[in-house]
Amino acid sequence: MHPVRRRRLVLVLFVLVVSSAGVGLAVYALRQNLNLFYTPSQVVRGEAPADTRIRVGGMVVRGSLERAADSLAVRFRLTDGDQELWVRHEGMLPDLFAEGEAAVAAGRLRAGPLLEADQVLAKHDENYTPPEVAEAMQAGHEARAAREAGEAGTP
Amino acid sequence: MARSGAFWQRLHRWASPPGFYRLSGRWVPWLAAASLALLALGLVWGLLYAPPDARQGNSYRIIYLHVPASFLALAGYYVMAVAGAIHLIWRVKLADMLMSAAAPLGAALTFLALFSGSLWGKPTWGTYWVWDARITSMLVLLFLYLGVMALRQAYASRETAGRACAVLALVGTVNIPIIYKSVDWWYSLHQPATIRLTAAPSMHPDMFKPLLVMIVAFYLFYAWVLILNTRAEILSRERRAAWVRELAEEDVT
Repeated sequence: MHPVRRRRLVLVLFVLVVSSAGVGLAVYALRQNLNLFYTPSQVVRGEAPADTRIRVGGMVVRGSLERAADSLAVRFRLTDGDQELWVRHEGMLPDLFAEGEAAVAAGRLRAGPLLEADQVLAKHDENYTPPEVAEAMQAGHEARAAREAGEAGTP
Repeated sequence: MARSGAFWQRLHRWASPPGFYRLSGRWVPWLAAASLALLALGLVWGLLYAPPDARQGNSYRIIYLHVPASFLALAGYYVMAVAGAIHLIWRVKLADMLMSAAAPLGAALTFLALFSGSLWGKPTWGTYWVWDARITSMLVLLFLYLGVMALRQAYASRETAGRACAVLALVGTVNIPIIYKSVDWWYSLHQPATIRLTAAPSMHPDMFKPLLVMIVAFYLFYAWVLILNTRAEILSRERRAAWVRELAEEDVT
């Protein structure tokens, strides 16, 4: 390779390596700030700021959703598998919001701790299934659970 | 030696603007026909015949535009950056023309990815926009493309402009793996990737096949439009060259 071109090639590689290292370090330093939400465990441990608007994400605990009879107020618990956090919200919920599914709530922390949310977003996963297949899977899971329960009951 | 000589000769013919113009002209109709046919097939298949999703119903169908557009927005950035590097190192004029042709195309695809994602977000997440790592880094990609386009206009000398754009394009490549891995590295609202190199797609085959058709269609579409853009760039830069004048006279007579 011609020495001039070799020098330019080294310069290009240098630009790539230095800019990647610089951005990499910046991103590493900001890693907590790049998260969209805190987990319930982080909130319980006191790692989330109390005096500002934060987002908390997790799975909506099955059976925890309570709707008020006379308003749009709702209450539910978010879990990350370890800790749980109550969320209170008044307003519309997204169509995909459901118990057992992921959600992200934004608002301020109150004593309890409890999140007074002004916005609740649904988080969906990367799986796509036709309804018939989803129903068949659900039926299959239930049959298996029933069979295992039966086996456990008869020694 | 003789074989490699023939290879370099062919490369030189491709890399000269008139050579590229002539040779690429043969590809244009085939690329156009193939990409339009696959786009039509993928859209009809995906939008009309693929089954709805168990949870999202029909709103997931925007994936047939969103994912291919995002793929090409990212891949197109590498095309632009590699062309920039070739121009920086070997001073190949055609690489610079390719780079200026790739920037507006990449910007358009990035905008399409952001816009279709926003339309998808409202019925599923409950919001058009959220500042999570995936969406924000994708917005940075749009600004990088727009920055490369603006930088080219900022210099009087074409040679200086080309080199400045190439450096900006190269610096920006660090953003591409960040976009790709953002959903794994940080908590985001955006779901992780459905299509991975290392695992089977987390999508039913009846839904995945039309998506694959759309991705191939978008790659062909990208190649088609990139070649058209580059040809226009060649003609505009070489408009005073004898071969372009001959070409114009051929068309007139």
